[in-house]
Amino acid sequence: MVDTFVFIVAAVVCLVGALGVVLARNPVHSALMLVMTLFGVAVQFVAQEAHFLAAVQVIVYAGAIVVLFLFVIMLLGVDRAQSLELSFLPVQRWAALLFASGSLAVVVALILAVGEPVTGVEAMGGALGSTDDVRLLARSLFSDYVYAFELTSLLLVIAVIGAVVLVRKPRETDAVVAEDRGDA
Amino acid sequence: MEVTTGWYLVLGALLFVIGGTGLLIRRNPLVMLMCVELMLNGVNLSFVAFSRTLGDVGGQTVVFFVLVVAAAEVVVGLGLVVAILRRQPGTTADDLSALKG
Amino acid sequence: MVELVWLVPALPLIGFVLLLAVGNSLGEPRAGWLATTAAGASFVVTLVVFIGLLARDSHSGERSYELVLFKWLPAGSLQVDAGFLVDPLSITMALFVTGVGALIHLYSIGYMHGDPKYSKFFLYLNLFLFSMLMLVFGNNLVVTFLGWEGVGACSYFLISFWHQRESAATAGKKAFVTNRVGDWGFMVATFAIWSALGTVTYTEIAQSPAMATATGTAISLLLFVAAAGKSAQLPLSVWLPDAMEGPTPVSAMVHAATMVTSGVYLLVRMNNVLTDDALLIIAVVGAATALFAALCAVAQHDIKKVLAYSTISQLGYMFLAIGSGAYVAAIFHVITHAFFKALLFLGSGSVIHGMGDEQDMRKMGALRLAMPITAATFIVGWLAIAGVPPFAGFWSKDEILLAAWEQHNIGPLLWGVGLVTALLTAYYMSRQVILVFFGEQRWDEEAHPHESSWTMTAPLCVLAGAAAVGGVINLPLVKDWLVLEHFLEPIFNHPHHFSSGTLTKIALAVISVAAGIVGIFFAVMTWLTKRIPNDRLEPDFLENAMYIDATYARVVGGVGTSGFQGTANVDERFVDGAVNGIGKVILKTGQLIRPAQSGYIRNYAVGVAVGALAIIVLLTWGLLR
Repeated sequence: MVDTFVFIVAAVVCLVGALGVVLARNPVHSALMLVMTLFGVAVQFVAQEAHFLAAVQVIVYAGAIVVLFLFVIMLLGVDRAQSLELSFLPVQRWAALLFASGSLAVVVALILAVGEPVTGVEAMGGALGSTDDVRLLARSLFSDYVYAFELTSLLLVIAVIGAVVLVRKPRETDAVVAEDRGDA
Repeated sequence: MEVTTGWYLVLGALLFVIGGTGLLIRRNPLVMLMCVELMLNGVNLSFVAFSRTLGDVGGQTVVFFVLVVAAAEVVVGLGLVVAILRRQPGTTADDLSALKG
Repeated sequence: MVELVWLVPALPLIGFVLLLAVGNSLGEPRAGWLATTAAGASFVVTLVVFIGLLARDSHSGERSYELVLFKWLPAGSLQVDAGFLVDPLSITMALFVTGVGALIHLYSIGYMHGDPKYSKFFLYLNLFLFSMLMLVFGNNLVVTFLGWEGVGACSYFLISFWHQRESAATAGKKAFVTNRVGDWGFMVATFAIWSALGTVTYTEIAQSPAMATATGTAISLLLFVAAAGKSAQLPLSVWLPDAMEGPTPVSAMVHAATMVTSGVYLLVRMNNVLTDDALLIIAVVGAATALFAALCAVAQHDIKKVLAYSTISQLGYMFLAIGSGAYVAAIFHVITHAFFKALLFLGSGSVIHGMGDEQDMRKMGALRLAMPITAATFIVGWLAIAGVPPFAGFWSKDEILLAAWEQHNIGPLLWGVGLVTALLTAYYMSRQVILVFFGEQRWDEEAHPHESSWTMTAPLCVLAGAAAVGGVINLPLVKDWLVLEHFLEPIFNHPHHFSSGTLTKIALAVISVAAGIVGIFFAVMTWLTKRIPNDRLEPDFLENAMYIDATYARVVGGVGTSGFQGTANVDERFVDGAVNGIGKVILKTGQLIRPAQSGYIRNYAVGVAVGALAIIVLLTWGLLR
């Protein structure tokens, strides 16, 4: 009973937020709607007893990534309203509609067709108990998936370097870049 | 009415679809990135649902990685957006059409 | 010693290569001497091979020898070797080809003096000699064809040697194109022979059983087309008079003594294949050509054109002989004709050279005083061709007339045509001799006619000697004196025997000599003593060779041109259109697809999304149903 209630509320929150992201005119509104969605998803994680992930979701996603978004929005001043009357790309609207309806139909059909998914494959990371998900997660991460773990840390380093390089303001003494900009 | 896995999966699917549509419709690059986040969240939800159903913690590990990668991607993506918009404020995705054949 | 046969064509080939490399730096006259040495050495080796063949014959009775250098075209059931066949026919041809060839090389050293392309001339001459020897010595049709094409190409090079002259260049092209018609005949005949007999080697062809008459006649006629092209018979005779544009040694070598006889050689070589019906046609065409050319020669003013038509006429005699089955007579006449025709051409070249490149006989006269050696040798040649005994031409021409008389279908008619031609031959040759060497002087004092140098007169003397006594190789009076006939015997499966009695033979001989004397007499009356008026004896109709060239031009130019134009149009419209059309289709398709590359990222995103959706649907189709 409670489960159902929690689920429905959280689901409503998610969906309203999602629609808000897509339909809001002001990008800041989109970002805030995104936060709402993320909270809703976190609640769903808790409902599925993935507590650690829920926490991570809130801290990292909502707390860092969305904040980053807001920084950039404010920095660049794109918070002015943008018309939703979109494409002069005529095909785009219909294609999007096709994609939306098509994907939804396919996925829902698949879900219904397959029913309760039970594959009988052995749990790779160990059977999930009810409370020690952190320990299990940690063990899985550092033993079975350690290679991927290392790679993703590398990926983070690269991302940081890339970001720094991308937003670097070209220095005046940099002759090539200056020439590139059309100066003498 | 018990909440079965299917419900979570449908919710994840809806989030994914809404995000995808938004990606195709919006012109503001920042909003497009946010829609990508939406899609990723939908997927995360599905993973966790499966993890719970199959009793496999691997699903959660994957979510973990998705989170990390999403973070990295946002970093780089925002860097690009900043670099572009700094030159030409008010650029939309449609203005970046240098690949026209 | 017979094994040295490969050296015979190799020597002129080496001469050619050397001249190609260093000819220009050698300059004159060393380039000429190099070429002459190569030709002379080739003659010497031919003699050695000849002696070797005779020795072989006396040892083992085998009068042929085959030397295979390597397998040229091994292609399943078609086995073509690069090989040489030394047998009486080929060695006979080779002897006079190299002999006369060497003499002409020597002659050219003096004749081409001062020409800027001196070494190139000898280069071509050596290449020509090489090709001709390959033609003669080849042991199968394909090697012969190699030589055949080679001589055709060299003939083209040499005719248009002075290519800055438009007429020379055109004449070269004309010769080549007309020859090509003959080459077509050769090729198709080769294919047909291979398909009918399964072989192209001469020894095997000579021993094959007879083919079906229709096939045999068709092949024989194709071979005759080839021979007609090369040996200037009707209707392919048009190139030879124009070929006189080339330098005189070329006319002597290529168009008198050697290349034009290759048609005769081919037919004699393939005698086992020729059917009686085809032989009749060959005889008729030969006789007709002989008469036609003799008539045209009567009205020519150019000293070389007379000899050109004379060559066509004498070649007609040879084909008449072949058509009558007397192959030996044809070869005999080939040899004697080589001697006296080369002599006549070289003599005319000496006259032209001495008169400062004047070729019109109307501007000559009484040259016997200024050029005695030339005159004397020329007169020997004249007597030979007119058929005056005991000179060589009489014996061979008489044998041909006898064979024509005995031809079983229309012998007497052919004989009659031959007789009239002999009369005309005597007439026009006498006319030429009188106009050039006798009578009153019609040239002005600036032309200083002088005798030529020893390099030119020596060959004249040698050839005069040969023309005088050459008949000795096949005298019909005593059986044992028919040396040539006995020598050539193994070539023929069915040797020809003259069936007339001795009385008939003597009677025919007397009549032909009488015809010659009548011709000479008439010429003397008309041109020397001027008793008979001569204004109507050189009609334009004959001078222009009965307008045969103009007729060809009208036929080929008129009907032919529209045919060619039509073909060109088809090619342009359909073939080119198809190819271009494909290009256009591709362009259009590209332009249709182009809007897909809009450059908008969102469009591409749509593509990705919808595509992914489609793939998922495809993969899970079973489940979805």
